[in-house]
Amino acid sequence: MKKLVVIGAGMASGRALEHLFEADASAYEVTLFNAEPRGNYNRIMLSPVLSGEKSYEEIVTHDDAWYAANGVNCRFGERVTAIDTARKVVVGEKGEVAYDKLLIATGSAPFIIPVPGKDLPGVVAYRDLEDTNAMIDAAKPGARAVVIGGGLLGLEAAAGLRLRGMEVTVVHLMGHLMERQLDEAAGYLLRKDLEKRGISILLNASTKAIVGSGKVEGVELADGTTIPADIVVMAVGIRPETTVAKAAGLTVNRGIVVTPQMVTSDPDVLALGECVEFQGQLFGLVAPLYDQAKVVAATLLGKEAAFTPKELSTKLKVTGCDLFSAGDFAEGDNREDIVLRDPSRGVYRRVVLEGDRVVGAVMYGDTAEGSWFFDLIRDKADVSAMRDTLIFGQAYQGGSPLDPMAAVAALPDEAEICGCNGVCKGTIVKAVTEKGLTSLEEVRAVTKASASCGQCTSKVEQVLAVTLGDAFTGPARKTMCKCTDLTHGEVRDFIRSKELKSIPAVMQELGWKTSCGCATCRPALNYYLVCDWPGEYEDDNRSRFVNERLHANIQKDGTFSVVPRMWGGLTTPAELRAIADIADKHRVPTVKMTGGQRIDLLGIKKENLTAIWTDLNDAGMISGAAYAKGLRTVKTCVGKEWCRFGTQYSMQLGVDLEKLMWGSWTPAKVKLAVSGCPRNCSEATVKDIGIICVDSGFDIHISGAAGLHVRATDLLGHVETEAEVLEYCGAVLQMYREGAWYLERIYKWQERVGLETIRAAIMDDAESRKALWKRFLLSQSFAQVDPWRERVEGLESYEFNPITIVPALAAE
Amino acid sequence: MSDTTWFVIGSVDDIPRRGARTVRIRGREIAVFRTADDHVFALENRCPHKGGPLADGIVHGRKVACPLHNWVIDLESGRATGADHGCAEEFAVKIEGEQIRLSVPEARAAAE
Repeated sequence: MKKLVVIGAGMASGRALEHLFEADASAYEVTLFNAEPRGNYNRIMLSPVLSGEKSYEEIVTHDDAWYAANGVNCRFGERVTAIDTARKVVVGEKGEVAYDKLLIATGSAPFIIPVPGKDLPGVVAYRDLEDTNAMIDAAKPGARAVVIGGGLLGLEAAAGLRLRGMEVTVVHLMGHLMERQLDEAAGYLLRKDLEKRGISILLNASTKAIVGSGKVEGVELADGTTIPADIVVMAVGIRPETTVAKAAGLTVNRGIVVTPQMVTSDPDVLALGECVEFQGQLFGLVAPLYDQAKVVAATLLGKEAAFTPKELSTKLKVTGCDLFSAGDFAEGDNREDIVLRDPSRGVYRRVVLEGDRVVGAVMYGDTAEGSWFFDLIRDKADVSAMRDTLIFGQAYQGGSPLDPMAAVAALPDEAEICGCNGVCKGTIVKAVTEKGLTSLEEVRAVTKASASCGQCTSKVEQVLAVTLGDAFTGPARKTMCKCTDLTHGEVRDFIRSKELKSIPAVMQELGWKTSCGCATCRPALNYYLVCDWPGEYEDDNRSRFVNERLHANIQKDGTFSVVPRMWGGLTTPAELRAIADIADKHRVPTVKMTGGQRIDLLGIKKENLTAIWTDLNDAGMISGAAYAKGLRTVKTCVGKEWCRFGTQYSMQLGVDLEKLMWGSWTPAKVKLAVSGCPRNCSEATVKDIGIICVDSGFDIHISGAAGLHVRATDLLGHVETEAEVLEYCGAVLQMYREGAWYLERIYKWQERVGLETIRAAIMDDAESRKALWKRFLLSQSFAQVDPWRERVEGLESYEFNPITIVPALAAE
Repeated sequence: MSDTTWFVIGSVDDIPRRGARTVRIRGREIAVFRTADDHVFALENRCPHKGGPLADGIVHGRKVACPLHNWVIDLESGRATGADHGCAEEFAVKIEGEQIRLSVPEARAAAE
């Protein structure tokens, strides 16, 4: 009988042995090494063991009786120290074993991030029963656990520890959970579910050190915060365990390289499982490992077989968190998305089509149809015939498509239109006919239909249209973009009423039709969130236009212009000298005065931006925000300090206004001016906000424009002191920030809401004005940071520097 | 095309998600994009409209909006989408491990 030695008694080699014994029980005499002091158990089920839902005995695959019945010589608890391929022997801790064929199934080792404190007692990985038992021992109710890594394994560990009563925090480096398997929307729902179970989730959090003296006491993050911990679970990933194979001289890249027959670079040595690399690919899920096991058994018996990787699907084994992902769910031009969201039930379903075939699917909340979609992906089935109803799943196939209006007309009165508020068709029809409603807004106000998540908006409108017949005048609605049926106003209202605090949250809860928005809605949502949740929302720089991302204005040739702030348009000889020196030093091709009384340095290459900002910062200047949908400039005339006609100190007032408002983000750009007398030398009457000084005080003007449209300001009101000017102007700006649509200038906003509304809130109602003023100051307390200095100090340095290529070329 | 030199330009994590960085190879400036789902694409860093630097645009789905005049370019083909016509040259990308490799043919480099 030939001799087979197997290194590693995991799930993959266990399955291979099953196939081998089934096909020919007498082909080999088998010796099985395992470093763990036990045989093959179902490692996937460690999570239920951790949570207490199962015991170890329940997850054993091969017990002693099985090994005995198959004549396997078990060397459990014994490490293999070397392989000698020349002599064809395996060296174990307790002696050598000769082989005719060798199967390496060493699996993987957890990746331990190289931070200080990683070796402290209380830091565990999550790979085997020992790790699991260590966690169970530590899991006293009320004790604290930190799980590093928000992938599949980390979250299962977190959920298990939470079920055992621990306080659990998950620290994840990326912006959403399980980013390999889920898109942002599904990641958002998962986070929400886990938080509901009392697990804290920290995203974009990088671990700096594990702290403690003698044992783990906490985890320190890169931002300086420390989370107390009695146990730290490291679940950031795995890497193939190839030490022995490498030492034996087998070809190893990231894993042990194998042929489609699962043979390594030595013809008598096979390998399978998480330790192998096949065509550049590694394997961590069980399905491909079982396919490999079949091939290994065949190859060992001299039969033809070849391994081909297949589509994979993932499920999270956390009771109550229902998610599923399969195939490739990236977007593409030749690809189309079909998205179904049911915000009130927390359901998200996205199917990705390429031509007539399903290539990927992500689901959250209701994954009952997962296996059906997985079959469609695997079988590359033609779905053109059921495309319209595909997203609803298998049960809905076979119906014929309907005209939506006819469909709504055909609905019975008791049919539910708005799921959130439980409004049926009859209620809407009754309200329309009895109260004489004619617009969607009226229907919404009276019946509450579409007032919660807004997803049924178009359906409500169809009911209105069917009810009114010819009297329906059609919508004056302009939706934000093709990604949603909601208008800017509706989106803003929902962001506040539903306390939506991230872009994925908005997209899920408001039923976005695309998976990650477009270049129109993303910057708008980013602004709305910045405005509504100061200090809480983290600005998404990927949703900002290049100028606001790089804090400079892009020019036609791809270079940038740089404008330092000059408060109120005032400067000094020292500042001018510094600017002149900097322009010389950096060979600035053009230096120009702007219309807002600033100096513009043009023709700066992107990679030189931080260098020039460093010099400007050193000379005491900060970003002039000439690129921002935000406060740009306050222009002034000389006023009472010098002018023989001046009535007030307009220069100082301009400086004060600019110091108050700089750094604020607004729906569109905002420019101010202060004139010292009605001769108006600073052209305040064509600014967004203009102050005209008079003997008795200050006239506050708003809503001027001097661009594509020319429009003189309207007088908002008169105040007597400089302090009032600041408060009233701050309140107006805040009202505009909160009320306008993205890219809507102040004058457009005023035309929409009416000057009287603004005057009532600012001039007539002191309480409302003071509240706006307070909110503006709160927002400013987070906004007034010089973006140049942050970047000079290294923030987002990848934005400014091209990649340098590694000099070595890889030729093939 | 016989020229199959693959340039190693760095790792996927060198590029921000939904963003891009540029690299100069054989005298040409190339924008290397990374989508939200970690797919990597490479195009000549010139919008077919007026030569805008595509690497500075907003990346959404598998498209990028040019920062100069908002043409939307398909990252897979380099073609302008919608009513606009034109094409930015695309370059083959392959990912090996975490490494991005880029194939930039010599032939047309001299034409610039």
